[in-house]
Amino acid sequence: MLRFIAIRFAQAVPVLLIISIVTFAMIKAVPGGPFDKEKKVPEEVERALNEYYHLDETTATQYWIWLKNVTTRGDFGPSMKYSNRSVNEIIAASFPISLQLGVMGICIALTLGLGAGIVASIRPNSAWDYIPMSFAMIGICVPRFVIGPLFMLMFAINWEWYNASGWFFWSDRVLPALTLGIFYAAYVARLTRGGMLEVLGQDYIRTARAKGASEMRVILRHALRGGIRPVVSYFGPAMANLLAGSFIVEKIFSIPGLGTFFITSISNRDYPMIMGTVLFYSVLIISLNLLADIVLVWLNPKLRFNES
Amino acid sequence: MRFNETLKALLGSFLLVCLFVFCLWALSGGGNRKERADAGVVDQVLHLANGTEPEDIDPHITTGVSEHFIQLALIEGLVAEDPKDLHPVPGVAKSWDISEDGTVYTFYLRDAKWSNSEPITAEDFVLSYKRALAPRLANEYASMLFHAVNAREYYNGEITDFDQVGFKAIDDKTLEIRLNYSTPFFLSLLNHHSWYPVHVPTILKYGAMDDRRNTWSRPGNFVGNGPFVLDEWKINNVLTVRKNTNYWDVDNVRLEQIYFYPIESLDTEERAFRAGQIHKTNKLPLSKIPKYVEEDAKRPPGEKLLLNTPYLGTYHYMFNTSLPGLKDPRVRKALNLAIDRESIVKNVTKGGEAPAFSFVPPNCAGYNSIHRLDYNIAEAKRLLAEAGYPNGEGFPEYSILYNTLESHKTIAEAVQDMWKKNLGINCKLENQEWKVYLNSKTEGDFEMVRFGWIGDYVDPNTFLELYTKESGNNNSNWSSDEYDRLLIKAGKENDQTKRYEIMQQAEKILLEELPIMPIYYYMSTYLVDPRVKGWHPTILDHHPYKHVYLEE
Repeated sequence: MLRFIAIRFAQAVPVLLIISIVTFAMIKAVPGGPFDKEKKVPEEVERALNEYYHLDETTATQYWIWLKNVTTRGDFGPSMKYSNRSVNEIIAASFPISLQLGVMGICIALTLGLGAGIVASIRPNSAWDYIPMSFAMIGICVPRFVIGPLFMLMFAINWEWYNASGWFFWSDRVLPALTLGIFYAAYVARLTRGGMLEVLGQDYIRTARAKGASEMRVILRHALRGGIRPVVSYFGPAMANLLAGSFIVEKIFSIPGLGTFFITSISNRDYPMIMGTVLFYSVLIISLNLLADIVLVWLNPKLRFNES
Repeated sequence: MRFNETLKALLGSFLLVCLFVFCLWALSGGGNRKERADAGVVDQVLHLANGTEPEDIDPHITTGVSEHFIQLALIEGLVAEDPKDLHPVPGVAKSWDISEDGTVYTFYLRDAKWSNSEPITAEDFVLSYKRALAPRLANEYASMLFHAVNAREYYNGEITDFDQVGFKAIDDKTLEIRLNYSTPFFLSLLNHHSWYPVHVPTILKYGAMDDRRNTWSRPGNFVGNGPFVLDEWKINNVLTVRKNTNYWDVDNVRLEQIYFYPIESLDTEERAFRAGQIHKTNKLPLSKIPKYVEEDAKRPPGEKLLLNTPYLGTYHYMFNTSLPGLKDPRVRKALNLAIDRESIVKNVTKGGEAPAFSFVPPNCAGYNSIHRLDYNIAEAKRLLAEAGYPNGEGFPEYSILYNTLESHKTIAEAVQDMWKKNLGINCKLENQEWKVYLNSKTEGDFEMVRFGWIGDYVDPNTFLELYTKESGNNNSNWSSDEYDRLLIKAGKENDQTKRYEIMQQAEKILLEELPIMPIYYYMSTYLVDPRVKGWHPTILDHHPYKHVYLEE
């Protein structure tokens, strides 16, 4: 197991290197720069700006300066848009917020999704299946930019339970977390149902039933372990999305998370910020995929056997 | 049996959802929503939606309007703005003298203090200007200071001795500024953030004076001289300011605090307004304007929510005048005469904008253009035929370039349709992502391009200057020596009436040669809580906060 993890970490290094090179090359290839504005910056000022941020060097040199700063000091450089802030500082300030929201979203997704999926799989093709699965279908089909404003209209403006947007009180977390969670819950429900149905038809379940295990025990102890495997492989990358922040949800609810910077850094051509967010997201997704694989091995003794 | 089962499942799911929602509700404090706007009225705390996250609040670095709105609370220049029409009124300077020829301004400073209670001296201003002109700082608005003697030369490194630049502290409280020309709009210019003073000793405490990454403008570090002082700044969440007890006119400041929220989404801020979280939105989604207009019609005066007033900006198209066809002023005039601006603002933009029949917006510091571009299809056809394209025959198919946005697209479609119908000219539409579009525009890689210009200060010069040969924003390949000469002449003319006459002549050239096609003048449209008092509609949308207060 340790060897497996070590290999995966070693593999991550060239992957990250390639991602950084490709990203850097791409952002340099796109027309427009960080200091292009509706009112053109005078030439002498542009020269000074380029000099200050080393934009007057060749692309290779710029990449080398960037790589050196990142590897030796862990410094992703200054933001070119928010002049007195560093990329590290912006990520440090906004990631915890996305993380918090993401974790709440995950909890909602898992509770609702697993619950609905399991219920649906116990009595397939009955009302107990159709009703939760119809909800799941709605959850998948209705985009977040519809659900979010709907929640705001209902809970914030009509019933006045919550604030419509912002990130100040605990109650401000509820609506965005719900908006985020429901979408994933719908997926999880469908995946759980599919996985469970497949497992429930297998011999070892019949064996468990024959031994006289209670229905509860059969479902939760024997079947679920195999049934949630599709959910686990789906949830690795999905979790990276959830944790790194959702641009749409953050925008609708005006939440100061990382997802916003992910998108706006590109439209601002804020080069260091783009590199910072892309690399950060890459690390997140690589680690969570690894985590998902570890969980899968733990869930499936067969994989463990093959590896040794 | 089957029905029974369905019912049970439905009931079960419903109960679960109810339980879930109830848990959330209970956990988060059970509907005890805090109405910030209501509490604010009692405590004199103003909550403003402010568009985007400020890039910085350092006046020598920022370029945006949102940033300027915050700086208006934190910093005060030599002069300040009148809350009703923004004309220059005494600020840090209690009075000033202007020399006969209009090139030397002498300011007499009052006994004002910085927020750290140090006195503000004339030397502070000189140091501020020195810093604003420091080449390495790359102040994007440094050219605003080039009106002063030798400022441009100092910035370009042609002279290194700052004493030769036209700023001089005669004594602690007397500041002299010498200008190249009389520059009659100089006092208005002083209200631009590039002329704002900064506390240089504080800047030096946190790094070099010309380092863009200097953290002096953070909460705790920041020292200003405005009616408010920086309190808290959470990235992309909120920036708050509180009353500055060291401000010279603190007795007349009624607000205790101002919260600036960077809410990017127009729909989100409108809903936040309806939920009682903010006193003012930054803008209003176009689709919601008719609804508020209708509702406001039923409200008594003093309770209306919608504010819709002229904003100092012109939405126009710029032609690439080096291209065949567009090279001919008659063609450009024909294109201008063939669009129905009234119809565009009425049926397309629908935000209450005024159609632009000239380039400088009306009532710009008392300047109103006397020349007018009419809607005249017959004349347009005649001009086009004269230029060799009768009924549009043989006219190249050009494209209108705009940045990707629905409202730009619909305007371009309307123009395309009018040209087709009225002149028989075909054109294409081309949209590009914002920065790609800016790049195409400055590189001159366009045929016709959408261009919005917002004035930096209240004077027609901020518009007319745009189409001089030297201007970096004039990408039309058009220039006129006569036009440039007239503007320089106007810049030296001390008499306002005579100066405006010269400017009218210049604008006449612009409206005859027409490297541009004005479409409409901008409006600022947003919602304001009627309990916000002292909030007068102004052309730059500036609202000096010391005159603003809240009242039930």
